Amino acid sequence: MEEREVEERVVEIEHPLPCLSESDTQGIIKGRDLFGYVGIEAVLDQMRRKTMKAGFEFNIMVVGQSGLGKSTLVNTLFKSKVSRKSCTPNYEEKISKTVHLQSVSHVIEEKGVKMKLTVIDTPGFGDQINNENCWEPIVKYVNEQYEKYLKEELNVNRKRRIPDTRVHCCVYFLPATGHWLRPIDVEFMRRLGKIVSIVPVIAKADTLTLEERLEFKQRIRQDLQANGIRVYPQKEYDEDAEDRILNDKIRENIPFAVVGTDKEHQVNGNKVLGRKTKWGIIEVENVAHCEFAHLRDLLIRSHLQDLKDVTHNIHYEAYRVKRLNESNANGLALSPLILENGTLEKSDRKPILTDVCRTVTGQAYGCM
Amino acid sequence: YLKDLNYTILTCDFQDKQYVGFATLPNQVHRKSVKKGFDFTLMVAGESGLGKSTLVNSLFLTDLYKDRKLLNAEERINQTVEITKHTVDIEEKGVKLKLTIVDTPGFGDAVNNNECWRPITDYIDQQFEQYFRDESGLNRKNILDNRVHCCLYFIPPFGHGLRPVDVEFMKALHEKVNIIPLISKADCLTPNEVKKLKDRVRDEIERFGIKVYQFPECDSDEEEEFKQMDKELKECTPFAVIGSNTVVEARGQRVRGRLYPWGIVEVENQSHCDFVKLRNMLIRSHMHDLKDVTCDVHYENYRAHCIQEMTSKLAQDNRTDSPLPLLPLPTPDVETERLIKMKDEEMCAIDFYIVIRTLVLFY
Repeated sequence: MEEREVEERVVEIEHPLPCLSESDTQGIIKGRDLFGYVGIEAVLDQMRRKTMKAGFEFNIMVVGQSGLGKSTLVNTLFKSKVSRKSCTPNYEEKISKTVHLQSVSHVIEEKGVKMKLTVIDTPGFGDQINNENCWEPIVKYVNEQYEKYLKEELNVNRKRRIPDTRVHCCVYFLPATGHWLRPIDVEFMRRLGKIVSIVPVIAKADTLTLEERLEFKQRIRQDLQANGIRVYPQKEYDEDAEDRILNDKIRENIPFAVVGTDKEHQVNGNKVLGRKTKWGIIEVENVAHCEFAHLRDLLIRSHLQDLKDVTHNIHYEAYRVKRLNESNANGLALSPLILENGTLEKSDRKPILTDVCRTVTGQAYGCM
Repeated sequence: YLKDLNYTILTCDFQDKQYVGFATLPNQVHRKSVKKGFDFTLMVAGESGLGKSTLVNSLFLTDLYKDRKLLNAEERINQTVEITKHTVDIEEKGVKLKLTIVDTPGFGDAVNNNECWRPITDYIDQQFEQYFRDESGLNRKNILDNRVHCCLYFIPPFGHGLRPVDVEFMKALHEKVNIIPLISKADCLTPNEVKKLKDRVRDEIERFGIKVYQFPECDSDEEEEFKQMDKELKECTPFAVIGSNTVVEARGQRVRGRLYPWGIVEVENQSHCDFVKLRNMLIRSHMHDLKDVTCDVHYENYRAHCIQEMTSKLAQDNRTDSPLPLLPLPTPDVETERLIKMKDEEMCAIDFYIVIRTLVLFY
């Protein structure tokens, strides 16, 4: 009572702060309920600055027969001469006898965002008379990159930022036959769809009319489903309803029918990228002509980070689990130790390791 | 069959061409983070009565200790150092933050405070160990990160600098967690006294070799204003803070403050105390860096130490059975073996497999 008489302008309020002590049962404190605000969305800015400084990496692999326009398409996508063809000084257009993999890296910058882009080319794929097992070098390469990353991750002294050479996206070029998937397409996509995100495209699609294109795409989708091939964006990896709606729209339209070029022509007073023929100019970035813009939007503008995330969280993790299980099995089945007197040690290991093995393999099956 | 060719830097000339569009990458990342939300674990340590709870409430505008019962002296005699956790979910402008406050009641309160930091270091190590297990496990989908990202250590304003318990505590923890020392209850000091105490504490921190959290250096291409702010921040440490659970009216506004007969202390007034600087640093500018240093430095140190211990233990155990060192496991095929040897000679292969085997033992 005495305090009130002293000052009139100062009022001390016992302010029961509108919030909660434990979060489990109740709810979430909304910013507007707080007296003043904390400022936590600044964390996003902090993260953004950091990622901008560090830059991004993206590794894209292009697979398909010679002459399907792989190099041109990649150049068109990134609007720079990033393909192997443009970078090799003595490049010759000839078919190699075996499947080689060659990678070219560039750092490209746009509006302050730096990206290290690596394009992995696969000359020789599908070009031979007998193409059996031509996918093996590619499978091997993909797995090698996962192995490299795994080793870095398991190292005792780890790098702050492990260099990421894993293949984030594999663009598979289908020739515009208009019929069905060919056996080599099925074999390749079936095997690689399990370990990497495949984006199939119909190459050199300027030989298909719109109706032919629609029918071809439908047949391809049927074929893919019939053979159990999962292409990006995979239905199982949709995180929430919002993603599913977005990705369903994409899934209804794949494979994209694309045309690539680096030549420019004048159309209606504008300079556009296009192929000039006697019957007209095919504008690459015109969605009425071909679906290049859709592909570009998918790969770069909207799903680039998602491609990387799927590679890291799903494909890489699957590889890692497989590898760790293999090592356990190998290790405990042992290379027998040779003792000093030349005899082999008994093959029964200490019980603790066998028990652990059982738990670990049990865990693996549980999580798959 | 794999060759790496060029590595050049191309800056696309976008004046006359339309842009490619990967400048949206930060936005793509942004969108995913907003969906996922952030988490942050903050530890507060210091003797009872230094205003820790009040400061936490002031920082995050929460009231975490509503139903707390303060122990009387008799109850305190038998009290040991506990670790308590409170979790709060805060959402602002669509960004979710799961904040965990780890409190350490009982620290420094006993008559004999020998090793009173032990439960605290044990707790921090346990969180590291849990994360290490999770990270090395087979199912890594939803790992919970309970590692302590930052520890606010409260130094009483009454003395003449650091006391032995302060020095010992900070030295026990400085390689496990980011320590931010604070001068608490700074409203009992005049500006001169604050300055003297800060200088003293800074000297002693250096003298005793205590590694407190260092603010990262500014980039050379940052704006001048930012650099100036950063410089002021660094010169101001250790922050002298005041907290308050009550709202008073001062200068015509409602503010958080403490009412005294001689005046009103405003918590958010920068000329009164460094509370605003602490809050800005902790939340608005350095939260992400605190987490990064925890992950990249403290946790990695723990992990390396842990693996080396396990490896030597394994080697020891095996040595008692057979006099020979561990042999590397048979490699899957010749090609992979060649690849392995390429990197770091044979030591790398042996290290890798030893690590895998020790991890198996770990489970």
